[in-house]
Amino acid sequence: MADQDRTIHVPPRPSPWNDPKIRAIIYQIVLIAGVVALGVFLVSNTLTNLQQRQIRTGYGFLDQEAGFFIGETLIPYEAASSYGRAFLVGLLNTLKVSVIGVVLATILGTIIGIARLSQNWIVRRLSSAYVETLRNIPLLLHLFFWYAALTNLLPDTERAANLGLNIFLSKEGLRYPWPEVEPAHIWALTALPFGIAGAVAFSKWAHARQMKTGRQIPLLWPSLAIILGVPLVVWLVGGAPAQFEIPEKTNFGHDGGAAVTPEFMALILGLVTYTASFIAEIVRAGILAVSWGQSEAAGALGLRRGPTLRLVVLPQALRVIIPPMTSQFLNLTKNSSLAVAIGYPDLVSVANTTLNQTGQAIECISLIMAVYLTVSLSIAGAMNWYNRRIALVER
Amino acid sequence: MMFRHLVGAAVAAVFAVVGLSGAAQAGATLDAIKKKGFIQCGVNTGLAGFSVADSQGAWTGLDVDICKAIAAAVFGDANAVKYTPTNAQQRFTALTSGEVDILSRNTTWTLTRDASLGMMFTGVTYYDGQGFMVPKSAKIKSAKELKGATVCVQTGTTTELNLADFARANKLNIKPVVFESLEESKVAFFGGRCKAYTTDASGLASIRSKDAPNPDDYLILPELISKEPLGPAVRRDDVEWFTLVKWVLYALGEAEESGITSANVNEMKSSADPNIQRLLGALGDMGQKLGVDNAWAFNAIKQVGNYGEIFERNVGQKTPLHLARGLNATWKNGGLMYAMPVR
Ligand SMILES: N[C@@H](CCC(=O)N[C@@H](CS)C(=O)NCC(=O)O)C(=O)O
Repeated sequence: MADQDRTIHVPPRPSPWNDPKIRAIIYQIVLIAGVVALGVFLVSNTLTNLQQRQIRTGYGFLDQEAGFFIGETLIPYEAASSYGRAFLVGLLNTLKVSVIGVVLATILGTIIGIARLSQNWIVRRLSSAYVETLRNIPLLLHLFFWYAALTNLLPDTERAANLGLNIFLSKEGLRYPWPEVEPAHIWALTALPFGIAGAVAFSKWAHARQMKTGRQIPLLWPSLAIILGVPLVVWLVGGAPAQFEIPEKTNFGHDGGAAVTPEFMALILGLVTYTASFIAEIVRAGILAVSWGQSEAAGALGLRRGPTLRLVVLPQALRVIIPPMTSQFLNLTKNSSLAVAIGYPDLVSVANTTLNQTGQAIECISLIMAVYLTVSLSIAGAMNWYNRRIALVER
Repeated sequence: MMFRHLVGAAVAAVFAVVGLSGAAQAGATLDAIKKKGFIQCGVNTGLAGFSVADSQGAWTGLDVDICKAIAAAVFGDANAVKYTPTNAQQRFTALTSGEVDILSRNTTWTLTRDASLGMMFTGVTYYDGQGFMVPKSAKIKSAKELKGATVCVQTGTTTELNLADFARANKLNIKPVVFESLEESKVAFFGGRCKAYTTDASGLASIRSKDAPNPDDYLILPELISKEPLGPAVRRDDVEWFTLVKWVLYALGEAEESGITSANVNEMKSSADPNIQRLLGALGDMGQKLGVDNAWAFNAIKQVGNYGEIFERNVGQKTPLHLARGLNATWKNGGLMYAMPVR
């Protein structure tokens, strides 16, 4: 930017037309006017033509009866439910895949990323081969591969494999017993956040104590015990109901209990193995970004390899890792929309069905876009918050 | 990049907006067709007997022949057609956005589609109903036995809705697995993921004949659970084009009713029957009234054949589909095909 003092010394002021500052402003105005005009033109023309072709518009259809079934739902839904509810079912299915996918991809990706730096030759080679093959195959092919593999290799529904404990595996997917809903279960779930809060408090206390006395208190097991213990106690007080709904044999396989469908499995397998190959590279880059001197210093202080990685390298690596990781989480979430190709009823799948039944193309697509935008911005927001939290704090 | 479907949907929306933004005017489609010299015809991605491309990229099938007949009527050349394969889901956007001039793709005529999607159906080229296909090994004899079964179905179809209605009415608690493409739904069904596959009975016959590892291992159940009148549709912006398409369909039916075939159409032109003369353009100005050459029907019949010929050639008893005429016979033979008088 032009420096105020300097402009005063520049001899004659150029004419307004030649003044770069004024010009820049004029360009901006022209550009904005153009964009707005284009928008107005498209919208108004679309509206007129929609009217001419008698295509009805508006979101009123969301209250109408959907009339179609959805193969797997997290909330009660039937054909008589509304389109709005069908969208919600699709959204929850998308979130389910995304959350589970992000967690698993992060775990797998981190393991492989660290393995690529292993001192063991075979481990190093294998993980490199994993990364180089998987990230170079289009995701859609991953999905088709897993889906074809699952539908062809799993046993027929009539001959479902009994894995014990009433867990059955067949072309229908994995069916397993599921606790019948009791008030005690709901209370136990409500207690879970308190357990987590308890664990956080415990770790704060342990940290403070370590600062004071220098004594290290093991964190992992007590924390887990608090997180799970609180709901467990609530459940025991609630009478410890342990009625399980057990999958029953029907004419065509099994019904009842809970199920993981082959569509879901294939989608998770595809998304996780694919995204993990990118995450592995990010993790590797992050670790390599921490200078070797840090590890040497830690070694000189007598820290072993595990604690060195956990306490010295990873916290610094995370600062490099988090921003590109955010993109991978966003990618995974958006890529989950490929679900429709292998029959998993995600948001896009449900919206597509709705679109074709109601003809409300613009409305349905706008809903899809709004949802993905919201989800993406939420993920980005959360990750940015975390990134700021772990950023280098000058003490 | 990878979120192809999302992008596809977004592109469809943009196309819809941009396409719908073009100004509409009477005769617009027919005029544009005449100017560009060919018909852009939306067909199936691949359904043997209805529309399928061979290794050379030449399209055949009942739905394809309808487009050819119209091209023959407009240009005197049945090959003045370009094809756009559409899946169940894209087809209506392809038509209303102007990407294709006509949708001739085993599409069911329903009120919603006719009244609210910005398109009009021009007639029925195949009276069908929705059926179920099961592996013979499942020992299912009736669709009512599908209680709790997993059924593969394609999205964007009437099939999906009818399945829901049927399952609800019969308390069958069917679990649908919904696919976007025909290809993947076939993989899933023939891989054993679903106990049944459901679509139009003609579609089942086609899929069984072409895609089943062994067609004899699969049974098409006797019940039809819906009415599926399949026919071509056009955009709601050009009544002249709509009228022309409608009357080409009638002409093909009328030809069969009057015994005019691609083989005898030359002699028939000098028939003593004024009805036949009028149809073939030897008498009157029927073609001009439709805005095309007077030999419109003559060309269509000569180059493509009458409706009966089209049927037998593509889906009839001598084809792998082995479909009987049934409802699709002329009214004189107990079917529903009835052409309006050309006069
Ligand atoms: N007639 C029904 C169904 C038509 C339909 O799309 N059938 C499927 C299954 S046979 C199909 O042709 N799919 C081919 C594709 O989408 O590429 C309708 O109009 O909704």
